[in-house]
Amino acid sequence: MIDPVSLSSSSRKKIVTLAHKNKASHIGGALSITDVLAVLYSCILKYDVNKPLSEDRDRLFYSKGHACLGLYAVLQEVGFYSAEALGTFTANGSYFTSHVNHKVPGIELSTGSLGHALSIACGVALAGKRKNATWHVYTILSDGELDEGSNWEALLFAPHHKLNNLTVIVDYNKIQSFGSVEKVLNLEPLKDKFIAFGWNTIEVDGHDHEALSDVLSNNKETATKPTVIIAHTIKGKGVPFMENELAWHYKSPSDEQLKSALEYLEIINP
Amino acid sequence: MRTAFIEQLIEEAKVNTSIFLLVGDLGYSVVEPFASLFPDRFLNVGIAEQNMTGVAAGLAAEGYNVFTYSIGNFPTLRCMEQIRYDVCYHNLSVKIVAVGGGYAYGPLGVSHHTTEDIGMLRTIPNLTVCAPGDPIETKLATKHFCNSNQPGYLRLGKAGEPVIHSLANAFEFGKILPVIDGTATAVLTTGSMLSYATDYIKKNAVNWSLYSVPVIKPMDTVSLAEIAKKYKQLITIEEHQQSGGFGSAVLEALNDIRNQQIIPVIPPLKIIAIPDIFIGYAGTQEFLRKEAGLIF
Repeated sequence: MIDPVSLSSSSRKKIVTLAHKNKASHIGGALSITDVLAVLYSCILKYDVNKPLSEDRDRLFYSKGHACLGLYAVLQEVGFYSAEALGTFTANGSYFTSHVNHKVPGIELSTGSLGHALSIACGVALAGKRKNATWHVYTILSDGELDEGSNWEALLFAPHHKLNNLTVIVDYNKIQSFGSVEKVLNLEPLKDKFIAFGWNTIEVDGHDHEALSDVLSNNKETATKPTVIIAHTIKGKGVPFMENELAWHYKSPSDEQLKSALEYLEIINP
Repeated sequence: MRTAFIEQLIEEAKVNTSIFLLVGDLGYSVVEPFASLFPDRFLNVGIAEQNMTGVAAGLAAEGYNVFTYSIGNFPTLRCMEQIRYDVCYHNLSVKIVAVGGGYAYGPLGVSHHTTEDIGMLRTIPNLTVCAPGDPIETKLATKHFCNSNQPGYLRLGKAGEPVIHSLANAFEFGKILPVIDGTATAVLTTGSMLSYATDYIKKNAVNWSLYSVPVIKPMDTVSLAEIAKKYKQLITIEEHQQSGGFGSAVLEALNDIRNQQIIPVIPPLKIIAIPDIFIGYAGTQEFLRKEAGLIF
Protein backbone atom coordinates (compact mmCIF):
# COMPACT_ATOMS: atom_id res chain seq x y z
CA MET A 1 0.00 0.00 0.00
CA ILE A 2 1.15 3.52 -0.85
CA ASP A 3 1.74 5.85 2.09
CA PRO A 4 -0.28 9.05 1.62
CA VAL A 5 2.25 11.11 3.55
CA SER A 6 5.14 10.17 1.33
CA LEU A 7 2.93 10.46 -1.77
CA SER A 8 1.86 14.00 -0.92
CA SER A 9 5.40 14.95 -0.04
CA SER A 10 7.00 13.65 -3.21
CA SER A 11 4.15 15.10 -5.28
CA ARG A 12 4.57 18.57 -3.78
CA LYS A 13 8.27 18.53 -4.57
CA LYS A 14 7.45 17.51 -8.10
CA ILE A 15 4.86 20.27 -8.43
CA VAL A 16 7.20 23.08 -7.42
CA THR A 17 10.05 21.65 -9.47
CA LEU A 18 7.97 21.35 -12.64
CA ALA A 19 6.41 24.78 -12.12
CA HIS A 20 9.90 26.22 -11.84
CA LYS A 21 11.28 24.35 -14.81
CA ASN A 22 8.39 25.20 -17.12
CA LYS A 23 7.48 28.60 -15.66
CA ALA A 24 3.97 27.27 -15.01
CA SER A 25 1.13 29.01 -13.18
CA HIS A 26 -1.51 27.69 -10.74
CA ILE A 27 0.97 26.25 -8.29
CA GLY A 28 -1.15 27.41 -5.31
CA GLY A 29 -4.21 25.42 -6.37
CA ALA A 30 -2.08 22.36 -7.11
CA LEU A 31 -0.58 22.44 -3.61
CA SER A 32 -3.97 22.96 -1.94
CA ILE A 33 -5.42 19.75 -3.44
CA THR A 34 -2.31 17.55 -3.11
CA ASP A 35 -3.32 15.93 0.16
CA VAL A 36 -6.80 15.06 -1.13
CA LEU A 37 -5.25 13.48 -4.24
CA ALA A 38 -2.63 11.66 -2.17
CA VAL A 39 -5.26 10.10 0.08
CA LEU A 40 -7.48 9.19 -2.88
CA TYR A 41 -4.67 7.52 -4.83
CA SER A 42 -3.08 5.83 -1.83
CA CYS A 43 -6.04 4.24 -0.09
CA ILE A 44 -9.43 5.09 -1.62
CA LEU A 45 -9.59 4.70 -5.40
CA LYS A 46 -9.70 1.40 -7.25
CA TYR A 47 -7.37 1.68 -10.25
CA ASP A 48 -4.78 -0.23 -12.23
CA VAL A 49 -1.89 1.81 -13.61
CA ASN A 50 -1.37 -0.83 -16.29
CA LYS A 51 -5.02 -0.65 -17.36
CA PRO A 52 -6.05 2.99 -16.95
CA LEU A 53 -9.45 2.34 -18.55
CA SER A 54 -10.26 -0.94 -16.81
CA GLU A 55 -14.02 -1.33 -16.53
CA ASP A 56 -14.11 -1.72 -12.75
CA ARG A 57 -11.96 1.33 -11.95
CA ASP A 58 -13.30 4.20 -9.92
CA ARG A 59 -13.73 7.29 -12.08
CA LEU A 60 -12.20 10.60 -10.99
CA PHE A 61 -13.06 13.82 -12.80
CA TYR A 62 -10.75 16.72 -12.10
CA SER A 63 -12.70 19.87 -12.82
CA LYS A 64 -10.03 22.32 -11.71
CA GLY A 65 -7.92 21.47 -14.75
CA HIS A 66 -5.69 24.52 -14.33
CA ALA A 67 -4.21 22.93 -11.20
CA CYS A 68 -2.91 20.19 -13.49
CA LEU A 69 0.43 19.77 -11.76
CA GLY A 70 -1.28 18.34 -8.69
CA LEU A 71 -2.90 15.50 -10.60
CA TYR A 72 -0.02 14.99 -13.06
CA ALA A 73 2.44 14.67 -10.17
CA VAL A 74 0.34 12.22 -8.16
CA LEU A 75 -0.43 10.05 -11.20
CA GLN A 76 3.26 9.90 -12.02
CA GLU A 77 4.20 9.02 -8.46
CA VAL A 78 1.75 6.11 -8.38
CA GLY A 79 3.03 4.81 -11.72
CA PHE A 80 0.67 5.78 -14.53
CA TYR A 81 3.68 7.11 -16.49
CA SER A 82 7.34 7.82 -16.06
CA ALA A 83 9.04 10.90 -14.66
CA GLU A 84 10.61 11.30 -18.10
CA ALA A 85 7.17 11.43 -19.71
CA LEU A 86 5.99 14.04 -17.23
CA GLY A 87 9.23 15.90 -17.86
CA THR A 88 7.82 16.85 -21.28
CA PHE A 89 5.18 18.98 -19.49
CA THR A 90 4.14 21.85 -21.83
CA ALA A 91 6.91 21.02 -24.33
CA ASN A 92 6.04 21.26 -28.03
CA GLY A 93 4.06 18.16 -28.95
CA SER A 94 3.53 16.96 -25.35
CA TYR A 95 0.12 15.77 -24.20
CA PHE A 96 0.96 17.18 -20.76
CA THR A 97 -0.78 20.48 -21.45
CA SER A 98 -1.13 22.98 -18.63
CA HIS A 99 -4.77 22.09 -18.22
CA VAL A 100 -5.34 18.37 -17.69
CA ASN A 101 -5.65 16.32 -20.86
CA HIS A 102 -7.42 12.97 -21.30
CA LYS A 103 -4.68 11.90 -23.69
CA VAL A 104 -2.52 11.35 -20.60
CA PRO A 105 -2.97 7.87 -19.03
CA GLY A 106 -5.08 7.99 -15.87
CA ILE A 107 -6.85 11.26 -16.78
CA GLU A 108 -10.53 10.59 -17.45
CA LEU A 109 -11.45 13.98 -18.83
CA SER A 110 -9.82 17.06 -20.29
CA THR A 111 -10.82 20.14 -18.34
CA GLY A 112 -9.68 23.72 -18.12
CA SER A 113 -12.91 25.49 -18.82
CA LEU A 114 -14.52 25.58 -15.40
CA GLY A 115 -17.92 24.16 -14.56
CA HIS A 116 -17.83 21.20 -16.94
CA ALA A 117 -16.73 18.07 -15.09
CA LEU A 118 -19.58 17.74 -12.61
CA SER A 119 -22.20 17.34 -15.34
CA ILE A 120 -20.11 14.67 -17.03
CA ALA A 121 -19.58 12.94 -13.69
CA CYS A 122 -23.36 12.98 -13.25
CA GLY A 123 -23.77 11.27 -16.63
CA VAL A 124 -21.18 8.66 -15.71
CA ALA A 125 -22.79 8.10 -12.31
CA LEU A 126 -26.19 7.78 -13.98
CA ALA A 127 -24.74 5.18 -16.36
CA GLY A 128 -23.29 3.38 -13.34
CA LYS A 129 -26.72 3.29 -11.73
CA ARG A 130 -28.45 2.04 -14.86
CA LYS A 131 -25.84 -0.69 -15.23
CA ASN A 132 -25.68 -1.57 -11.52
CA ALA A 133 -21.95 -0.91 -11.60
CA THR A 134 -19.83 -1.33 -8.49
CA TRP A 135 -17.41 1.49 -9.20
CA HIS A 136 -17.70 4.96 -7.66
CA VAL A 137 -17.47 8.41 -9.26
CA TYR A 138 -15.42 11.25 -7.76
CA THR A 139 -15.24 14.86 -8.89
CA ILE A 140 -12.89 17.52 -7.62
CA LEU A 141 -14.11 21.11 -7.96
CA SER A 142 -12.38 24.34 -7.10
CA ASP A 143 -14.20 26.87 -4.96
CA GLY A 144 -13.98 29.67 -7.53
CA GLU A 145 -15.59 27.55 -10.22
CA LEU A 146 -18.73 27.31 -8.13
CA ASP A 147 -19.42 30.74 -9.66
CA GLU A 148 -20.29 28.85 -12.87
CA GLY A 149 -24.03 28.31 -13.30
CA SER A 150 -23.57 24.95 -15.00
CA ASN A 151 -22.34 23.51 -11.69
CA TRP A 152 -25.61 24.43 -10.03
CA GLU A 153 -27.58 22.71 -12.80
CA ALA A 154 -25.61 19.57 -11.97
CA LEU A 155 -25.92 20.13 -8.22
CA LEU A 156 -29.70 20.05 -8.67
CA PHE A 157 -29.52 16.99 -10.93
CA ALA A 158 -27.46 14.57 -8.82
CA PRO A 159 -29.66 14.50 -5.68
CA HIS A 160 -32.85 14.44 -7.77
CA HIS A 161 -31.64 11.25 -9.43
CA LYS A 162 -30.31 9.82 -6.15
CA LEU A 163 -26.75 9.47 -7.46
CA ASN A 164 -25.30 8.05 -4.26
CA ASN A 165 -22.42 6.65 -6.31
CA LEU A 166 -21.09 10.19 -6.74
CA THR A 167 -18.77 12.05 -4.36
CA VAL A 168 -17.81 15.67 -4.98
CA ILE A 169 -14.82 17.20 -3.24
CA VAL A 170 -14.59 20.99 -3.15
CA ASP A 171 -11.06 22.33 -2.76
CA TYR A 172 -12.11 25.27 -0.60
CA ASN A 173 -8.86 27.24 -0.44
CA LYS A 174 -10.82 30.52 -0.31
CA ILE A 175 -8.83 32.29 -3.04
CA GLN A 176 -9.76 32.65 -6.71
CA SER A 177 -8.25 34.52 -9.64
CA PHE A 178 -8.73 38.10 -8.50
CA GLY A 179 -8.79 37.75 -4.73
CA SER A 180 -10.63 36.05 -1.93
CA VAL A 181 -13.73 34.05 -2.77
CA GLU A 182 -15.54 36.07 -0.14
CA LYS A 183 -14.81 39.34 -1.91
CA VAL A 184 -15.16 38.22 -5.55
CA LEU A 185 -18.44 36.31 -5.24
CA ASN A 186 -19.26 35.01 -1.82
CA LEU A 187 -20.16 31.32 -1.60
CA GLU A 188 -21.15 31.31 2.05
CA PRO A 189 -23.06 29.72 3.61
CA LEU A 190 -21.69 27.00 1.31
CA LYS A 191 -22.51 24.02 3.50
CA ASP A 192 -26.09 25.21 3.88
CA LYS A 193 -26.41 25.58 0.11
CA PHE A 194 -25.37 21.97 -0.49
CA ILE A 195 -27.66 20.72 2.27
CA ALA A 196 -30.55 22.71 0.82
CA PHE A 197 -29.84 21.16 -2.60
CA GLY A 198 -30.15 17.69 -1.08
CA TRP A 199 -26.54 16.59 -0.72
CA ASN A 200 -25.00 14.53 2.05
CA THR A 201 -22.62 17.30 3.12
CA ILE A 202 -19.40 16.81 5.06
CA GLU A 203 -16.71 19.31 6.06
CA VAL A 204 -13.14 18.23 6.60
CA ASP A 205 -9.64 19.60 7.00
CA GLY A 206 -8.33 19.02 3.49
CA HIS A 207 -4.78 18.51 4.73
CA ASP A 208 -5.53 15.98 7.49
CA HIS A 209 -4.87 12.61 5.87
CA GLU A 210 -6.55 10.61 8.58
CA ALA A 211 -9.69 12.73 8.50
CA LEU A 212 -9.77 12.68 4.70
CA SER A 213 -9.34 8.93 4.63
CA ASP A 214 -12.13 8.57 7.15
CA VAL A 215 -14.71 10.70 5.29
CA LEU A 216 -13.76 9.32 1.88
CA SER A 217 -14.07 5.75 3.15
CA ASN A 218 -17.38 6.22 4.85
CA ASN A 219 -19.34 8.50 2.54
CA LYS A 220 -20.59 5.66 0.34
CA GLU A 221 -23.03 4.49 2.95
CA THR A 222 -25.75 7.01 2.20
CA ALA A 223 -28.81 5.31 0.85
CA THR A 224 -30.04 7.86 -1.62
CA LYS A 225 -27.93 11.01 -1.62
CA PRO A 226 -24.77 12.03 -3.43
CA THR A 227 -22.03 13.28 -1.13
CA VAL A 228 -20.15 16.56 -1.18
CA ILE A 229 -17.04 16.94 0.92
CA ILE A 230 -16.04 20.53 1.56
CA ALA A 231 -12.28 20.23 2.03
CA HIS A 232 -11.00 23.30 3.85
CA THR A 233 -7.58 23.86 2.38
CA ILE A 234 -4.78 26.40 2.16
CA LYS A 235 -3.73 27.68 -1.22
CA GLY A 236 0.00 27.01 -1.62
CA LYS A 237 -0.02 24.51 1.28
CA GLY A 238 3.42 23.26 2.32
CA VAL A 239 5.51 26.22 1.21
CA PRO A 240 5.09 28.99 3.79
CA PHE A 241 5.82 31.90 1.46
CA MET A 242 3.23 30.59 -1.01
CA GLU A 243 0.48 29.90 1.49
CA ASN A 244 -2.64 32.07 1.16
CA GLU A 245 -0.90 34.30 -1.37
CA LEU A 246 -2.91 35.15 -4.47
CA ALA A 247 0.29 35.76 -6.45
CA TRP A 248 0.96 31.99 -6.57
CA HIS A 249 -2.11 31.56 -8.74
CA TYR A 250 0.09 33.09 -11.42
CA LYS A 251 3.76 33.06 -10.52
CA SER A 252 6.32 30.34 -11.03
CA PRO A 253 9.21 30.03 -8.60
CA SER A 254 12.60 31.58 -9.32
CA ASP A 255 15.76 29.51 -8.76
CA GLU A 256 16.06 30.85 -5.21
CA GLN A 257 12.38 30.32 -4.48
CA LEU A 258 12.53 26.73 -5.74
CA LYS A 259 15.51 26.02 -3.49
CA SER A 260 13.71 27.53 -0.54
CA ALA A 261 10.45 25.72 -1.33
CA LEU A 262 12.20 22.35 -1.54
CA GLU A 263 13.91 23.03 1.78
CA TYR A 264 10.59 23.76 3.44
CA LEU A 265 9.02 20.64 1.94
CA GLU A 266 11.98 18.59 3.11
CA ILE A 267 11.57 19.87 6.68
CA ILE A 268 7.81 19.34 6.79
CA ASN A 269 7.69 16.02 4.94
CA PRO A 270 11.17 14.53 4.77
CA MET B 1 -39.66 15.83 -39.34
CA ARG B 2 -39.74 15.47 -35.58
CA THR B 3 -42.26 12.65 -35.96
CA ALA B 4 -40.05 10.91 -38.50
CA PHE B 5 -37.11 11.35 -36.12
CA ILE B 6 -38.82 9.83 -33.09
CA GLU B 7 -40.33 6.98 -35.11
CA GLN B 8 -36.95 6.03 -36.52
CA LEU B 9 -35.27 6.45 -33.13
CA ILE B 10 -37.78 4.03 -31.60
CA GLU B 11 -37.20 1.51 -34.39
CA GLU B 12 -33.45 1.67 -33.83
CA ALA B 13 -33.74 1.57 -30.03
CA LYS B 14 -35.68 -1.69 -30.24
CA VAL B 15 -32.60 -3.44 -31.56
CA ASN B 16 -29.85 -1.13 -30.28
CA THR B 17 -29.78 -1.05 -26.49
CA SER B 18 -27.12 1.66 -26.38
CA ILE B 19 -29.50 4.40 -27.56
CA PHE B 20 -30.35 6.88 -24.80
CA LEU B 21 -32.59 9.95 -25.16
CA LEU B 22 -32.23 13.07 -23.01
CA VAL B 23 -34.67 15.94 -23.31
CA GLY B 24 -34.46 19.43 -21.85
CA ASP B 25 -38.07 19.50 -20.64
CA LEU B 26 -39.26 19.86 -24.24
CA GLY B 27 -40.76 17.38 -26.67
CA TYR B 28 -44.28 17.23 -25.24
CA SER B 29 -46.46 14.96 -27.41
CA VAL B 30 -43.36 13.85 -29.35
CA VAL B 31 -41.05 11.86 -27.08
CA GLU B 32 -43.59 10.07 -24.87
CA PRO B 33 -43.68 6.85 -26.94
CA PHE B 34 -39.90 6.51 -26.58
CA ALA B 35 -40.11 7.25 -22.86
CA SER B 36 -42.76 4.61 -22.27
CA LEU B 37 -41.04 1.93 -24.37
CA PHE B 38 -37.54 2.53 -22.98
CA PRO B 39 -37.86 4.10 -19.52
CA ASP B 40 -34.36 3.05 -18.52
CA ARG B 41 -32.89 4.83 -21.56
CA PHE B 42 -34.84 8.07 -21.32
CA LEU B 43 -34.47 11.06 -19.04
CA ASN B 44 -35.95 14.53 -18.87
CA VAL B 45 -33.06 16.46 -17.32
CA GLY B 46 -35.06 19.64 -16.80
CA ILE B 47 -34.51 23.06 -18.30
CA ALA B 48 -30.74 22.84 -18.06
CA GLU B 49 -29.20 22.29 -21.47
CA GLN B 50 -25.55 22.74 -20.50
CA ASN B 51 -25.96 20.06 -17.86
CA MET B 52 -27.89 17.92 -20.35
CA THR B 53 -24.95 18.05 -22.76
CA GLY B 54 -22.46 17.22 -20.00
CA VAL B 55 -24.63 14.35 -18.74
CA ALA B 56 -24.84 13.11 -22.34
CA ALA B 57 -21.04 13.18 -22.58
CA GLY B 58 -20.81 11.17 -19.36
CA LEU B 59 -23.34 8.58 -20.52
CA ALA B 60 -21.53 8.34 -23.86
CA ALA B 61 -18.21 7.82 -22.08
CA GLU B 62 -19.82 4.73 -20.53
CA GLY B 63 -20.91 3.32 -23.87
CA TYR B 64 -24.32 4.85 -24.57
CA ASN B 65 -25.22 6.49 -27.88
CA VAL B 66 -26.94 9.58 -26.52
CA PHE B 67 -29.40 11.91 -28.24
CA THR B 68 -30.06 15.32 -26.67
CA TYR B 69 -33.32 16.92 -27.77
CA SER B 70 -34.64 20.43 -27.40
CA ILE B 71 -35.70 23.48 -29.41
CA GLY B 72 -33.37 25.34 -31.75
CA ASN B 73 -30.78 27.40 -29.91
CA PHE B 74 -31.12 25.70 -26.53
CA PRO B 75 -29.27 22.40 -27.06
CA THR B 76 -26.87 24.11 -29.49
CA LEU B 77 -25.76 27.74 -29.04
CA ARG B 78 -26.35 27.73 -25.30
CA CYS B 79 -24.09 24.67 -24.96
CA MET B 80 -21.40 25.53 -27.49
CA GLU B 81 -18.54 24.93 -25.10
CA GLN B 82 -19.92 21.66 -23.77
CA ILE B 83 -20.39 20.54 -27.38
CA ARG B 84 -16.92 21.66 -28.41
CA TYR B 85 -14.89 20.52 -25.46
CA ASP B 86 -16.78 17.78 -23.65
CA VAL B 87 -18.40 16.04 -26.62
CA CYS B 88 -16.25 16.77 -29.67
CA TYR B 89 -12.74 16.95 -28.20
CA HIS B 90 -13.39 13.65 -26.42
CA ASN B 91 -15.05 12.41 -29.64
CA LEU B 92 -18.02 10.97 -27.75
CA SER B 93 -21.17 9.50 -29.22
CA VAL B 94 -23.55 12.38 -28.54
CA LYS B 95 -26.10 13.47 -31.14
CA ILE B 96 -27.56 16.93 -30.66
CA VAL B 97 -31.07 17.22 -32.02
CA ALA B 98 -32.64 20.66 -32.46
CA VAL B 99 -36.22 21.10 -33.60
CA GLY B 100 -37.42 24.32 -35.17
CA GLY B 101 -34.55 25.00 -37.58
CA GLY B 102 -34.67 28.41 -39.27
CA TYR B 103 -37.97 30.27 -38.83
CA ALA B 104 -40.03 27.15 -38.09
CA TYR B 105 -41.19 28.76 -34.84
CA GLY B 106 -41.59 32.12 -36.54
CA PRO B 107 -44.23 33.78 -34.33
CA LEU B 108 -42.33 32.87 -31.15
CA GLY B 109 -39.75 35.55 -31.78
CA VAL B 110 -36.00 35.86 -32.18
CA SER B 111 -35.26 33.60 -29.19
CA HIS B 112 -36.74 30.73 -31.19
CA HIS B 113 -35.34 31.63 -34.63
CA THR B 114 -32.60 29.08 -35.18
CA THR B 115 -30.52 30.91 -37.73
CA GLU B 116 -26.86 30.74 -36.64
CA ASP B 117 -26.51 27.08 -35.61
CA ILE B 118 -24.99 25.66 -38.79
CA GLY B 119 -22.30 28.32 -38.98
CA MET B 120 -21.33 27.89 -35.36
CA LEU B 121 -21.43 24.11 -35.21
CA ARG B 122 -19.69 23.34 -38.47
CA THR B 123 -16.51 24.96 -37.17
CA ILE B 124 -16.11 22.21 -34.56
CA PRO B 125 -13.83 19.25 -35.39
CA ASN B 126 -15.29 15.70 -35.23
CA LEU B 127 -18.89 16.96 -35.54
CA THR B 128 -21.09 15.88 -38.46
CA VAL B 129 -23.64 18.60 -39.29
CA CYS B 130 -26.90 17.50 -40.87
CA ALA B 131 -30.06 19.39 -41.83
CA PRO B 132 -32.52 16.99 -43.48
CA GLY B 133 -34.91 18.36 -46.08
CA ASP B 134 -37.88 16.08 -45.60
CA PRO B 135 -39.11 13.17 -43.42
CA ILE B 136 -37.31 10.61 -45.60
CA GLU B 137 -33.98 12.38 -45.20
CA THR B 138 -34.72 12.68 -41.47
CA LYS B 139 -35.20 8.93 -41.12
CA LEU B 140 -32.00 8.28 -43.07
CA ALA B 141 -30.01 10.68 -40.91
CA THR B 142 -31.48 9.29 -37.68
CA LYS B 143 -30.65 5.77 -38.76
CA HIS B 144 -27.10 6.83 -39.54
CA PHE B 145 -26.62 8.61 -36.22
CA CYS B 146 -28.01 5.59 -34.34
CA ASN B 147 -25.30 3.47 -35.88
CA SER B 148 -22.43 5.93 -35.58
CA ASN B 149 -20.23 6.48 -32.52
CA GLN B 150 -19.12 9.97 -33.54
CA PRO B 151 -20.59 13.31 -32.48
CA GLY B 152 -23.41 14.60 -34.67
CA TYR B 153 -25.83 17.48 -35.05
CA LEU B 154 -29.32 16.97 -36.46
CA ARG B 155 -31.21 20.13 -37.38
CA LEU B 156 -34.89 19.38 -37.80
CA GLY B 157 -37.83 21.49 -38.90
CA LYS B 158 -41.06 20.97 -37.01
CA ALA B 159 -43.92 18.66 -37.94
CA GLY B 160 -45.81 18.27 -41.19
CA GLU B 161 -43.12 18.93 -43.80
CA PRO B 162 -44.05 17.25 -47.09
CA VAL B 163 -42.29 14.12 -48.25
CA ILE B 164 -40.15 15.03 -51.27
CA HIS B 165 -38.13 11.87 -51.83
CA SER B 166 -39.59 8.52 -52.75
CA LEU B 167 -39.46 5.92 -50.00
CA ALA B 168 -38.27 3.36 -52.49
CA ASN B 169 -35.45 5.65 -53.58
CA ALA B 170 -32.68 4.38 -51.32
CA PHE B 171 -29.75 6.73 -50.92
CA GLU B 172 -26.57 6.93 -48.97
CA PHE B 173 -26.05 9.18 -45.94
CA GLY B 174 -23.60 11.97 -46.64
CA LYS B 175 -24.32 12.24 -50.34
CA ILE B 176 -25.78 15.18 -52.23
CA LEU B 177 -29.19 13.96 -53.40
CA PRO B 178 -30.58 14.72 -56.86
CA VAL B 179 -34.26 15.75 -56.74
CA ILE B 180 -35.15 17.41 -60.07
CA ASP B 181 -33.20 17.07 -63.31
CA GLY B 182 -32.80 20.22 -65.40
CA THR B 183 -30.14 22.09 -67.38
CA ALA B 184 -27.91 25.16 -67.11
CA THR B 185 -28.66 26.05 -63.48
CA ALA B 186 -28.43 23.84 -60.39
CA VAL B 187 -30.07 24.73 -57.09
CA LEU B 188 -28.58 23.31 -53.89
CA THR B 189 -30.76 23.38 -50.78
CA THR B 190 -30.35 22.27 -47.20
CA GLY B 191 -32.97 21.69 -44.54
CA SER B 192 -36.62 22.33 -45.15
CA MET B 193 -35.99 24.89 -47.92
CA LEU B 194 -36.16 21.74 -50.04
CA SER B 195 -39.95 21.86 -50.26
CA TYR B 196 -39.96 25.57 -51.23
CA ALA B 197 -37.40 24.95 -53.97
CA THR B 198 -39.29 21.90 -55.25
CA ASP B 199 -42.57 23.81 -55.42
CA TYR B 200 -40.96 26.83 -57.06
CA ILE B 201 -39.29 24.86 -59.83
CA LYS B 202 -42.43 22.86 -60.55
CA LYS B 203 -44.84 25.81 -60.47
CA ASN B 204 -42.69 28.15 -62.52
CA ALA B 205 -41.59 25.52 -64.99
CA VAL B 206 -38.01 26.72 -64.84
CA ASN B 207 -35.54 24.32 -66.28
CA TRP B 208 -33.37 24.04 -63.15
CA SER B 209 -31.86 21.03 -61.51
CA LEU B 210 -32.44 20.63 -57.80
CA TYR B 211 -30.17 18.91 -55.30
CA SER B 212 -30.76 18.42 -51.59
CA VAL B 213 -27.69 18.61 -49.34
CA PRO B 214 -28.69 17.24 -45.93
CA VAL B 215 -25.10 16.73 -44.77
CA ILE B 216 -23.31 20.08 -44.68
CA LYS B 217 -20.27 18.71 -42.92
CA PRO B 218 -18.46 16.74 -44.18
CA MET B 219 -19.43 18.04 -47.61
CA ASP B 220 -19.85 15.51 -50.43
CA THR B 221 -17.16 17.08 -52.60
CA VAL B 222 -17.22 14.26 -55.14
CA SER B 223 -20.82 15.02 -56.10
CA LEU B 224 -20.21 18.76 -55.77
CA ALA B 225 -17.37 18.55 -58.28
CA GLU B 226 -19.64 16.76 -60.76
CA ILE B 227 -22.31 19.42 -60.29
CA ALA B 228 -19.79 22.23 -60.70
CA LYS B 229 -18.59 20.74 -63.98
CA LYS B 230 -22.09 20.20 -65.32
CA TYR B 231 -23.82 23.55 -64.75
CA LYS B 232 -23.15 27.16 -65.80
CA GLN B 233 -24.80 28.67 -62.71
CA LEU B 234 -25.27 27.49 -59.11
CA ILE B 235 -27.72 28.77 -56.51
CA THR B 236 -27.72 27.82 -52.83
CA ILE B 237 -30.70 28.51 -50.59
CA GLU B 238 -30.88 28.03 -46.84
CA GLU B 239 -32.85 29.21 -43.82
CA HIS B 240 -29.76 30.49 -41.98
CA GLN B 241 -27.51 33.52 -41.78
CA GLN B 242 -25.28 33.93 -44.82
CA SER B 243 -22.15 34.26 -42.72
CA GLY B 244 -20.74 30.82 -42.11
CA GLY B 245 -23.82 29.04 -43.38
CA PHE B 246 -24.56 26.42 -46.00
CA GLY B 247 -23.74 28.65 -48.99
CA SER B 248 -20.43 29.52 -47.37
CA ALA B 249 -19.72 25.82 -46.87
CA VAL B 250 -20.44 25.14 -50.55
CA LEU B 251 -18.23 28.03 -51.62
CA GLU B 252 -15.38 26.86 -49.39
CA ALA B 253 -15.67 23.34 -50.82
CA LEU B 254 -15.76 24.65 -54.40
CA ASN B 255 -12.68 26.75 -53.71
CA ASP B 256 -10.86 23.73 -52.28
CA ILE B 257 -11.67 21.47 -55.22
CA ARG B 258 -10.74 24.26 -57.64
CA ASN B 259 -7.36 24.64 -55.88
CA GLN B 260 -6.88 20.89 -56.06
CA GLN B 261 -7.58 21.20 -59.82
CA ILE B 262 -10.48 18.77 -59.57
CA ILE B 263 -12.63 21.39 -61.32
CA PRO B 264 -11.22 23.91 -63.82
CA VAL B 265 -13.32 26.85 -62.65
CA ILE B 266 -15.90 27.75 -60.00
CA PRO B 267 -19.20 28.50 -61.71
CA PRO B 268 -21.06 31.69 -60.70
CA LEU B 269 -22.69 31.01 -57.33
CA LYS B 270 -25.66 32.92 -55.95
CA ILE B 271 -26.07 32.45 -52.20
CA ILE B 272 -29.58 33.01 -50.88
CA ALA B 273 -29.41 33.31 -47.09
CA ILE B 274 -30.40 35.66 -44.28
CA PRO B 275 -28.53 38.96 -44.85
CA ASP B 276 -27.09 39.45 -41.33
CA ILE B 277 -30.34 40.59 -39.70
CA PHE B 278 -32.67 39.68 -36.84
CA ILE B 279 -36.38 39.87 -37.54
CA GLY B 280 -37.98 41.21 -34.40
CA TYR B 281 -41.60 40.99 -35.45
CA ALA B 282 -43.92 38.02 -35.58
CA GLY B 283 -44.75 36.04 -38.66
CA THR B 284 -45.30 32.63 -40.09
CA GLN B 285 -42.32 30.70 -41.39
CA GLU B 286 -43.35 31.53 -44.96
CA PHE B 287 -43.76 35.24 -44.16
CA LEU B 288 -40.41 35.51 -42.37
CA ARG B 289 -38.60 33.69 -45.16
CA LYS B 290 -39.86 36.34 -47.60
CA GLU B 291 -38.93 39.14 -45.20
CA ALA B 292 -35.41 37.76 -45.03
CA GLY B 293 -35.22 37.48 -48.81
CA LEU B 294 -35.15 33.69 -48.87
CA ILE B 295 -36.88 33.51 -52.26
CA PHE B 296 -35.69 32.94 -55.83
